[in-house]
Amino acid sequence: MARIIKNRQIIEDHWQTTADDVELPTGSVLISWARWNRERAALLARDEPLGVQLPNTTNIADLTADLPHWQVVALEFPKFADGRAYSQARLLRERYGYQGEIRAVGDVLRDQLAFMARSGFDAFAVRADRSLEDALAAFSEFSESYQPAADQPLPLYRRGR
Amino acid sequence: MYQYDQYDQTLVNERVAQFRDQVQRYLAGELTDDEFRPLRLMNGLYLQRHAPMLRIAIPYGLLSTRQLRTLAYIARRYDRGYGHFTTRQNIQYNWPKLEETPDILAELAQVEMHAIQTSGNCIRNVTADHLSGVAPDEREDPRIYCEIIRQWSTFHPEFSYLPRKFKIAVTGAAHDRAAAQVHDIGLNLLHNAEGEIGFRVLVGGGLGRTPIIGQVIREFLPQRDLLSYLEAILRVYNQYGRRDNIYKARIKILVKALGTAHFREQVETEWGYIKDSGLTLDTAEVERVRRYFTPPPYEPDAAGDPGFEPWQQDDPAFAAWVRHNVADHKVAGYRNVFVALKTPGVAPGDLTADQMDAVADLADRYSFGQIRVTHHQNLLLPDVRQADLYPLWNALAAQKLATPVIGTLADMICCPGLDFCSLASASSLAIAHQINEKFDRLDDLYDLGELRLNLSGCMNACGHHHVGHIGILGVDKKGEEWYQISLGGSSENDVTLGDILGPSVPKAEVANTLERVLHVYVEQRQDGERFLDTFRRIGLDPFRARAYIAKPEAIVPRKPRATQQPAVEAA
Repeated sequence: MARIIKNRQIIEDHWQTTADDVELPTGSVLISWARWNRERAALLARDEPLGVQLPNTTNIADLTADLPHWQVVALEFPKFADGRAYSQARLLRERYGYQGEIRAVGDVLRDQLAFMARSGFDAFAVRADRSLEDALAAFSEFSESYQPAADQPLPLYRRGR
Repeated sequence: MYQYDQYDQTLVNERVAQFRDQVQRYLAGELTDDEFRPLRLMNGLYLQRHAPMLRIAIPYGLLSTRQLRTLAYIARRYDRGYGHFTTRQNIQYNWPKLEETPDILAELAQVEMHAIQTSGNCIRNVTADHLSGVAPDEREDPRIYCEIIRQWSTFHPEFSYLPRKFKIAVTGAAHDRAAAQVHDIGLNLLHNAEGEIGFRVLVGGGLGRTPIIGQVIREFLPQRDLLSYLEAILRVYNQYGRRDNIYKARIKILVKALGTAHFREQVETEWGYIKDSGLTLDTAEVERVRRYFTPPPYEPDAAGDPGFEPWQQDDPAFAAWVRHNVADHKVAGYRNVFVALKTPGVAPGDLTADQMDAVADLADRYSFGQIRVTHHQNLLLPDVRQADLYPLWNALAAQKLATPVIGTLADMICCPGLDFCSLASASSLAIAHQINEKFDRLDDLYDLGELRLNLSGCMNACGHHHVGHIGILGVDKKGEEWYQISLGGSSENDVTLGDILGPSVPKAEVANTLERVLHVYVEQRQDGERFLDTFRRIGLDPFRARAYIAKPEAIVPRKPRATQQPAVEAA
């Protein structure tokens, strides 16, 4: 079982991923956005924990009816320099009140984790060739922040500066 | 000027520690070149032709004397004894050692400075009118809003991996001295009919290989909505800006592709969700920041000084300097003094460590301890009493910083070019030198009047060639340097992009061609017309007809070849 960072701790990941054309195993599964669209009714009838991985071009505003059915939303970083998923995460948390797990997947590296966390990600599938223990350091590099984001609705100056 | 509190200081200190760790991991092989690149760029560090280049932020161009002395110290201790001021009011060092850059940042942090977001695909150092707070034509002081934007944009979690770099400029006067119309976002401070403070918002301007003038998407944005509106623009850009082609990734391309009306609609829709949120700027915060920018204790009787007029009459050299290098001030009896970094034979914008120390001493003595950096690559001492101008002039002249050429042909904007930059196709500094040698008589420069000459060593346009009254662009043709000349650009209120004169000319012919172009101007000008005015009246043809020795066809016109290397690290 792969390990990920969740809520700033290293944990065993119990979410299973499969190819789109393979029959789903029992238990928690993380499926593609394409599969969700194709098999929506069957997936809803399945009554097992479900997560969906969204391309970073998906418009979050289109998902409001789907979100209550998902325990995990995985957002993609095809390259670590492609920052579209930061906006998706903030919209999920701040505009659509999504309370489930938001997981960063793809080219997920230590030096971007703090920004991801501020944007609303709480789970990080750090790239397999990197140390999760090292990556944990990313969360404590900065003790304050100026601007509001998913982790903090108020700017610094309105927090008793 | 703004002073750090414990929060600002902590953040900058933490950044130094973070970067030190990143450099160590890079040197230890734990970060690849590709992974380290955006991290170092967001700390202003480029790996250049000869050595790393470190670009340090000078927020909206303001420096204290303590900061300038630290820059001098860094130039001596870590570099080769000089620094280079840029068109975005920053300073660059060309010879630091990669391993020492964390130490440099630590030195800077001690004087409330940093290199945060001076490069990379993030929100860059915000620029402003160099006469902010002292200009006679000012409506509101941009510095307050620049500082507020600086804090909002610093380590912005959502907007640190944008499709491309993002530059914001703020002006608050009738006259645009910050080239706001050629920025990703330009903000002009103004008042509405009720006298409330707000901003005209322009989006999608920029130079580079596709120069575009910004479009107004809001005529009046109330002060309280500044940050929520910026956030809405950036969010639309972050989601929909192109990421497949670095040359089409700036927001100007998105605005153009969507059309201004559609782009505005998207921004306004997004803004509708966030306009009443934690981003709403409360008046108390604006006033808190404003208190850092209160005017210095001006002397009420400064205008009563009897010496200033006689000195000008007695000393024509002083009078010429006053005419060209001294600008009006909003307070009677005070002046703004340009410290010209345009000494012939020295790269425009360069200043030695000794000169930095000297300027700091003069600012302490004559200008309430403050210095500004202008986007024309000069320094400025604001708040100088007219009674002090004569001794100040003498002191600046002793430092070779009183060349009386501000606003003339010799006051060139020039990028570092092939001498330093790994993107350059041409040696812009050599061309600046060639032009200085050709036009070395002050009387000739004065006769040519107000003239903006901007030089870029490649299409990335760091030298703003598109908006020079005369622009010169270096292009590489089969390993040879050629220069394309354009006429009629402006970055001010009457913003225009220059028209290309004709075929590019070989390196040796640049100053000669310029001379022929200027002959046409001298012949054709009517009473008091600047070069730009004459050009606008008579058009390109008379210039083109005379600019070339032979017929233009004799010089084989070739389309400039695209630079081989992608402009990943373009300023």
